[in-house]
Amino acid sequence: MAGDSHDHGLSRRGFVAGMVGFLGGIISVLIGIPAIGYWLAPGLKSFRATRDEWVPLGLVEDLTPGEPKLFSFTRTKQVGWERTAQSYGIYVIKKSDGSLDVFSNICTHLSCRVSWKEDMGIFQCPCHDGRFAKDGSIISGPQPRPLDRFEYKIEDGTLMIHLTEA
Amino acid sequence: MAARWFTWLDERLGLKGIYEVVLDRKVPKVNWLFTLGSATLFLALVQGATGIFLTVYYVPHPEQAYESINYIMNEVAFGWLIRGIHHWGATLMVITVFLHMLRTFFYGAYKYPREVTWITGVLLLLGTLGMGFTGYLLPWNQRAYWATTVGTSITETIPFIGPFINRALRGGTDLTTLTLVRFFSAHIWMLPAALIGLVGVHIYLVIRLGISHVPSQDE
Repeated sequence: MAGDSHDHGLSRRGFVAGMVGFLGGIISVLIGIPAIGYWLAPGLKSFRATRDEWVPLGLVEDLTPGEPKLFSFTRTKQVGWERTAQSYGIYVIKKSDGSLDVFSNICTHLSCRVSWKEDMGIFQCPCHDGRFAKDGSIISGPQPRPLDRFEYKIEDGTLMIHLTEA
Repeated sequence: MAARWFTWLDERLGLKGIYEVVLDRKVPKVNWLFTLGSATLFLALVQGATGIFLTVYYVPHPEQAYESINYIMNEVAFGWLIRGIHHWGATLMVITVFLHMLRTFFYGAYKYPREVTWITGVLLLLGTLGMGFTGYLLPWNQRAYWATTVGTSITETIPFIGPFINRALRGGTDLTTLTLVRFFSAHIWMLPAALIGLVGVHIYLVIRLGISHVPSQDE
């Protein structure tokens, strides 16, 4: 008769209980592992650099020696599903020996944009009057470090900068 | 060792008593149709778990709802699986709830002393349909938008108070951010809270009264 337990081996009740536990365990693992991955996904992604490219700015022959020239371009940054346009401003100065200084125009204090003041011969930040010299070094103000520099190269007369972001 | 731990806990929590009352009940000889209630409960738990996980990424805002679901489907690890289970589980749950109701009705299991079980069951059916209705809007795609437009418009046909109900549901005359956010609120807080309470009563009554037997010919 179904339902009776046998003298030897596994009873029907024991078998059902075991199978419920076994199948329940398998289902838990099948659901649990994806659930953990689902939660961790964006956190694991950010370990990889999201940007690593050479951005062409313009022709080197357009630069006047000793005169800072501002180049700008925009790139789209994506966080999750949100895309935001980021504008970049790059000051390039051709020095007397022919080499270049390539600075970001982002102030190293609180990320305001510095601008070149021709009459004073400095880069000035409008937010807290941070002042940088023509070579990017600190003159005065609250900024912790000189203007950030970009790695650059020149290909067929075109100036390119190395843009990397974590 | 495990047995000693269990005995220690059982002495204080009465686990064996709970098991005997809740799971080890005497039941009449019944058929597979009597598993539809358990199946519905299981699906409800799955919907709860997957739904909680969906809120990790979903944003109830017209500009981000669709995009955030796109992100879940295409970017997040196993996002397609979590949302897929929630999507198909919802459909399946409506089906099992209906079949569960039909079984109760045709076997006459709603009669004395189970009237309150039936009434809570009717409310649970309405709550489940409410979950389906509010959840349908959340992807904020064309289908969701127009389905909710039509669905809420239907209330306008009620004499006198129809237009008021429609505006109360939408949070205004049109489908807007307000509609999306209140549907989201109803979907993840209000309806689930109501459903949990009703399920508690429903299952308590099933345990208290036992399940009915399959009616015989002379009944």
